[in-house]
Formats: sequence, structure tokens, C-alpha cells
Amino acid sequence: MVSTTLEEKLATVRFRPDEVPHITVDGEICKDCTLHSCVYACPANLFSLLSDGSIVFSHEQCFECGTCYVACNLEGAISWRYPGGGLGVSFRDS
Amino acid sequence: MSVSFDVVVVGAGPAGSAAAMVAARAGRTVLLIERGAYPGAKNVSGAAFYAPQVLEALVPRFWDSAPLERVLTRRAICFTSPSSSLTVDFKNAGWAERPYNAFTLLRPRFDRWLAEQAVAAGATLLCETVVDELIRDGSGAVRGVRVRRPDGDIEAGVVVAADGVNSFLAKQAGLRGELDSHDVSLGVKEVIGLDRSTLEERFNLSGDEGMTYEFLGSVSGGVSGGAFLYTNRESLSLGVIVQVSSLAERRVRPQDLLEGFKAHPAVAPLVRGGRLIEYSAHMVPEAGVRMMPRLYGDGLLVAGDAAGLCFAVGLYLEGINYAIASGWAAGEAAAAALDRGRTDAQALAAYQSRLEQGFVLKDFRRYRSAPRFVMSERLQNVYPGLLTGLAEQVLRSGPEPKRKLISVARAELARAGLPMSQLVRDLVDGGRAFAW
Repeated sequence: MVSTTLEEKLATVRFRPDEVPHITVDGEICKDCTLHSCVYACPANLFSLLSDGSIVFSHEQCFECGTCYVACNLEGAISWRYPGGGLGVSFRDS
Repeated sequence: MSVSFDVVVVGAGPAGSAAAMVAARAGRTVLLIERGAYPGAKNVSGAAFYAPQVLEALVPRFWDSAPLERVLTRRAICFTSPSSSLTVDFKNAGWAERPYNAFTLLRPRFDRWLAEQAVAAGATLLCETVVDELIRDGSGAVRGVRVRRPDGDIEAGVVVAADGVNSFLAKQAGLRGELDSHDVSLGVKEVIGLDRSTLEERFNLSGDEGMTYEFLGSVSGGVSGGAFLYTNRESLSLGVIVQVSSLAERRVRPQDLLEGFKAHPAVAPLVRGGRLIEYSAHMVPEAGVRMMPRLYGDGLLVAGDAAGLCFAVGLYLEGINYAIASGWAAGEAAAAALDRGRTDAQALAAYQSRLEQGFVLKDFRRYRSAPRFVMSERLQNVYPGLLTGLAEQVLRSGPEPKRKLISVARAELARAGLPMSQLVRDLVDGGRAFAW
């Protein structure tokens, strides 16, 4: 299939998630955000906006690209570091 | 600190492996640190490798052993509107012979191979290891790195930060500030498998020859950026590369842009019948000198994407060559500084001089206004449509009398809402960016 859903796309990628999330989102800061750029820009769709205006995040299928914290317009809302050595995404055929 | 190396290189991508190889060949003890399970595990490019002479100078006849996909003999640049496309398609059979002009490759394989060449030169490769911070002495000079392992301090004469576009090390050292969302793009990519004979027939290729397509215009869904499609041996690498600020403003999802690109009438027949092998995403530093950090400090050099050395100016989309060339210069400057027993910023300034003298900084300085021009609103959203519109008006047939070119052009400019004065100003800007 050439046309694929995000789930099908992500199923082709090997992830070995770190036990500790390498990204943390500061809900207090996010409460003031009206843009929610992270929700749109993340290529793995890992950020979700809840009805109460808070952001939830899962790190297991993260590409470690950095787009979320670069797109974010509120300082300190997204804390970002690399997952532990050998963990996270491992591209094989790209 | 118990462990010590003359040179510690952070990141085993093309910049890091080149730096490690050169410093090791100069007789220095070198540690090459990679956070992935293997070199290339975290790395994504198109990937087309231009100016391969840079690598040939380090690894003679590298094409005999390096995992390459195809040798590029054809380059196509395609301007798109939602339903049409205008392609400039250049082929040179001579590019299939030495000196090769460019290759396609897959980074997890190529980067692994390149790191092996650094190891063969005497460097020590340490994978699965994250460098969390630089170790600095009282004066602020870099003296080593701290890795996320027990007893993780490693002493170094010189540290080469080849840690990619996010380069937390260059930032920590104060060589650059935060990344600006206007300066970086997000690339989302798929590798799509096609059997070899279908691929070669579809793209009119023979043997190991390959081609690249670059797309501008509506394929990026109104978001500033472009798209690409490269031929590998038995697969296609294709994707959309969009400015992060523009992506956030338009509130569209990158994976939807990718689907829109594949569905474009100019692209759909090229990917038909293929099957998805791997999806990937990565950021690309695209602003050239505007985003370039200071390239060296006391005990520290910055190379490759970490230094913003990706040349993304429409016609050209090149990074691996600049990474290798900058890594090479960094390895050489580090070894020379250590030979003289001084590793302060002044001693390491030879790194930048070398980049200034070679093609790396000459290219970036010469084309300094090109990245902004390429990302400008009209170049992104008006001119591709104007070109395809002109082509359509000239080439369409019908029972009405044919108009001559000037009248067609006037009508198309009016339809695009583009005053002649603006067109002239843009031509001058474009000329400054690309022509003189």
C-alpha cells in the first residue's frame, strides 16, 4: 500500500523506549498556550490536547527529531533530552 | 578522571566519523561516541550524497566497499500546482563514470560503514552512549565530556561536537542560542519498496543509474518547504521537508502533507504499487549562515549539522558532503592544535580558516541570501503556480485563437495578483541569491 495511516507508518519503525520519558511537558505553562503547535507539528502525533486544555504526551514512539520543542512558543514548556544510550528510535532502512 | 583521549568526537554521523578518521590517522587517540545502537540508527537524510570527491580523498575508491544505492545521472526539478506540474529534467550519462557526481544511499547502512572506516584508522567507537554535558575547567575551557553511564567522565584534549541539528553541546558551550523555528525544517520521509525492474522501467534507468526529483509548490500543501523523491536500488526515498514555523502556523500535520504529496498527480504514478518499508522524521538546519553558531571555542569544535552546515537553497539540498568536509577540517585542526600543545580557541581557529578556504564556507557565504529567498511567500506559493499556469496556457489547445506569449504572461501575472514591479523586485532578489 502506498497510502498509509500514521499507525501503519509507525508500525514500520523500531523503537526501544527508555523507561524514563526523555521529554517532559510542564502542564502549568501549557495552560497559557493557545497555539498547541506541538500537537500539530509532531510527526508521530505524540501530543494530545485534552478538553480541559492540558497536553498529554507519550514518548514511546518518538523520533527524537526536536520539532516539538522548536515549534513550542512558550519557554520551558517542553523539556527535552535524548533517551538513554541505545534506546529510543533505531532506523534500519531509511 | 580515569579515561582520557586526545580527541573525543560526539556523534558518529558523517561529520563525526570523518573527524575521528582524520584525527586517528594523524596519530591521535580518538574516542567516537554514538548514542544510537549503531552509527546511523538516529540519522535520516534524503539521501543524496553530492560531491563524493570529498570522501574519495579520505577513502580512495570508497564506492567499491561503501553501501551505496545508485549513481545519480539524472536530476529533475518539478514545479507543481494542485493538478499540474512542470519539470526540468536533466540527464548526463557521463555522471555514471568517475568522478561520480552523486550517489543515493541509506543512512543507517552508510553511516555504519563510514564509522567502520574511522575504526580502521584507529579510532575507538563507543555506541549506546549519550553525552549529557561538556566538562569544563575553571576558565570555561572544554576538557572532556560526561556520558550517561556510571563513572561517565571522559577527559579530552579536544572535543568535536558532531551531535547533529539539535546540538545540545554547542548550545551548552554558549556557541549558539535556541534554535529558531524559522531556521529549521522538519523532514518526514518514507522508504517505499519497488521491485528493481519496475523501478528501472518507471524511471527510465539502466544498471546502477539513479535519479532525484525535487518538488516545489503545492506538493507541500501550502506550508513553506518542498518535497523530494530519490531512487534507491530497489526502493524510493521520498518525503516532504517543511519549515517548522510555517508548519506550526498552518496547523497541519506532517504525515498528512506526506500523504498529500504521494497523492499528487505528478507523484502518484511514480509510487504506485510500492509498499512502505520505513517511515522516518528528522529536523534539517536550513538557514545557512543566518543560523551558524560560532564554530569553535576553547577545546571545542562544532561540525556537520550541529554547525548548521546543511546547504538547502532550492536547487541544492546537500549536507553529507559538508558534514564530511567539516569533520575532516575539525579532525585536522584538533590534531594540529594538540601537536602544538595548545587547544584554546585561538589555536583551534585554523578549523574555521580551513572551512573558509575550501568550498564549505565559500558556498554558504556566496549563497547567504538564498535560504530566505527560497522560503519567501511568493517563491513558495505564487511562482510555482505561475510557471505551471504559463505552461498550461501555452500548451492547451482549443477552438479559440492562440494568444502570443506576452499576452499569456500578462494574463497569468494578473491572475496570480502579481504586479510587474513585484516580479522585477523578486527577479533582482533571486538574482542576488543565485546569479551574481
